[in-house]
Amino acid sequence: MAKMTLEELRKLRSSQKSEMERRDVEGKETHIIVGMGTCGIAAGAKGALDGFLDTIKKNNLDDVVVKQTGCMGLCYAEPTVEVKVPGMPDTIYGNVDAKVAAEIVEKHIMHKELVQDHIQDKPAGDIIK
Amino acid sequence: MAVKNYILVCGGTACESSKGDDIFNNLLKEAEAQGVADDVQIVKTGCFGFCEKGPIVKVLPEQAFYVEVKPEDAGEIISETVIKGRMVDRILYKPEKGAKGDAFDIDNIEFYQKQYRIVLRNCGLINPEDIDEYIARDGYAALEKCLFDITPDQIIEELKVSGLRGRGGAGFPTWMKWNFTKQVESDQKYIVCNADEGDPGAYMDRSTLEGDPHSILEAMTIAGICVGANMGAIYIRAEYPLAIERLETAMAQAREYGLLGKDILGSGFDFDIELRLGAGAFVCGEETALLASIEGKRGMPIPKPPFPAVKGLFAEPTVINNVETYANIPAILTKGGEWFAKIGTEKSKGTKVFALTGKIKNSGLVEVPMGTTLREIVFEIGGGIPNGKKFKAVQTGGPSGGVITDKYLDTPIDFDNLISIGSMMGSGGMIVMDEDDCIVDVNRFYMDFCVEESCGKCAPCRIGTKKLMGYLDRFTQGKGEVEDIQKMKDIGEAMKKAALCGLGQTAPNPILSSLEHFGHEYMEHIEEGKCAAGKCKDLVHYKIIAEKCIGCTVCARKCPVNCIEGERKKPHVIDQEKCIKCGACFEGCKFDAIIVS
Repeated sequence: MAKMTLEELRKLRSSQKSEMERRDVEGKETHIIVGMGTCGIAAGAKGALDGFLDTIKKNNLDDVVVKQTGCMGLCYAEPTVEVKVPGMPDTIYGNVDAKVAAEIVEKHIMHKELVQDHIQDKPAGDIIK
Repeated sequence: MAVKNYILVCGGTACESSKGDDIFNNLLKEAEAQGVADDVQIVKTGCFGFCEKGPIVKVLPEQAFYVEVKPEDAGEIISETVIKGRMVDRILYKPEKGAKGDAFDIDNIEFYQKQYRIVLRNCGLINPEDIDEYIARDGYAALEKCLFDITPDQIIEELKVSGLRGRGGAGFPTWMKWNFTKQVESDQKYIVCNADEGDPGAYMDRSTLEGDPHSILEAMTIAGICVGANMGAIYIRAEYPLAIERLETAMAQAREYGLLGKDILGSGFDFDIELRLGAGAFVCGEETALLASIEGKRGMPIPKPPFPAVKGLFAEPTVINNVETYANIPAILTKGGEWFAKIGTEKSKGTKVFALTGKIKNSGLVEVPMGTTLREIVFEIGGGIPNGKKFKAVQTGGPSGGVITDKYLDTPIDFDNLISIGSMMGSGGMIVMDEDDCIVDVNRFYMDFCVEESCGKCAPCRIGTKKLMGYLDRFTQGKGEVEDIQKMKDIGEAMKKAALCGLGQTAPNPILSSLEHFGHEYMEHIEEGKCAAGKCKDLVHYKIIAEKCIGCTVCARKCPVNCIEGERKKPHVIDQEKCIKCGACFEGCKFDAIIVS
């Protein structure tokens, strides 16, 4: 995109916001968000990421988006991953390696069942709402 | 049948000890008995960080948040919430409004987690490499406002109302810094971001830059608008490669969108930012040394005044703030100074990010409103000390701070309170110590750090740190003398007064503060040659008690230097000359036949 004017920035913001709301309402897509700060990567987030991508490919899931984000602050539970599946509560998983990642795809995403022993709580509410 | 409800049961240790397991099992049984086993999935989660009200049970999607749950409540949770979708009022959590005193009342935020994220608002939520995600979360809205809607004077006013104080450690009011620079007449001014995070155990700035780089770029641009600067520099240590990479990506995206560079958003205002990589010297976190380093000179401090706000980078007026300070600014300008001023204590507004490390169960980054107590941070958010050990102290402020003992666990944490109890906020490192940590040894570590990092320009710091280190060394070897304590205090006080910069002035703090709270431990080292925690190797001796030793040979096999001898089924003996005091034998012995003295 070329340089924006004020109007264009405002338009982009509102379209991005409504895009996010649409996602929440219609809930078609599944999002896997992997915490990839230095801390997460050092704890093996890349392995978890590969685990997600492999399992998704193996099962031909085409409506799953895998993204990265920064540190969630839960260092004791790194690597951490947030999973958003339509019709299910947003869930944060901790200590996710490739094996757990595969389990999350197969259980949580494909069968709407939470994976035991890896669930963490969100550390804080969102101030931007 | 598809699962309709999810029940999350806290599986944290604190909750587990108060019957978390029984609750979990009862819920399973009740779900089965009431015929809804297929509709509901019951899982155990990590600690919710609200242990004082534990055990905690959460039912989704109803968002029912139950506290102090007892095993016998399981039936009602299933029959009411899962089957009928109703709340069980008796155990439902009711947020206490204004629980932190009058200063604290955030509208309708359910505050059970104790955390409140302003600085880390986007960390762990957005993709830091996608500017659109930042924009969608009100990113660059503050920039918009500052360019088109409000004047530089109004920016200053908003910051003044907010009460924001610098998060780098000293806590100087941000609006005053900006105002000084704004008032100086000059063709060239600079905006600098101090991302030279050096305290051992602190990493909040790295995480902020990695998780939300645009918030820093936006805040620096706003600072530029406010004081009339067109150039900014981020001084970041080269050992943060991921943060550097993400900042570069963010700057490229912002330039492409016209949010950085010439004629920002068609306003006619120009502003651009450069990265300057530091080699990781601690002293370069001191602002004048940092500026010298950006100029290409050796990173050494110069006396203040003149302050950088008036005469800074290349002798021009310069605003210099820390990463965390900048990260607050877009939120303050979007939501208003008054909103920010509602959070925190009377003299310290907003939140503070702490890097909670050491002997703590849930180590990590926590962001809490100022005025939160140490007890809440350590025992609730942090989940307490692992392995049932006893809490000893918390070290805050790194090599410039001090220790806080259990006596002060309930002191509300803010800039002024920490100083009054002999520590300081510093950049927010919080290292928890338990009974196995030796105060003398920990201080030796910090002093060693200061000796290494002292730039050597002024004598009080160069010689003072070395002298103090010498005393600590002797203490840990059992060669200390009682008079040394007074000598250390004298040297420390002299350094505080005479050292050129913050590094030297604060270097004796850990010693002075620990002498006050743990003087007896120093005396134990000096007078009895004893280290109760067993950390000072020269004072520790491992011995085998002949009566208890059954001669199983485990210790001899574990010993890495083969200094344990003895026949099978006969008591063994440690050769004290050869022993390296690694403790392998002690840990390996199943018969408690080895003692530490």
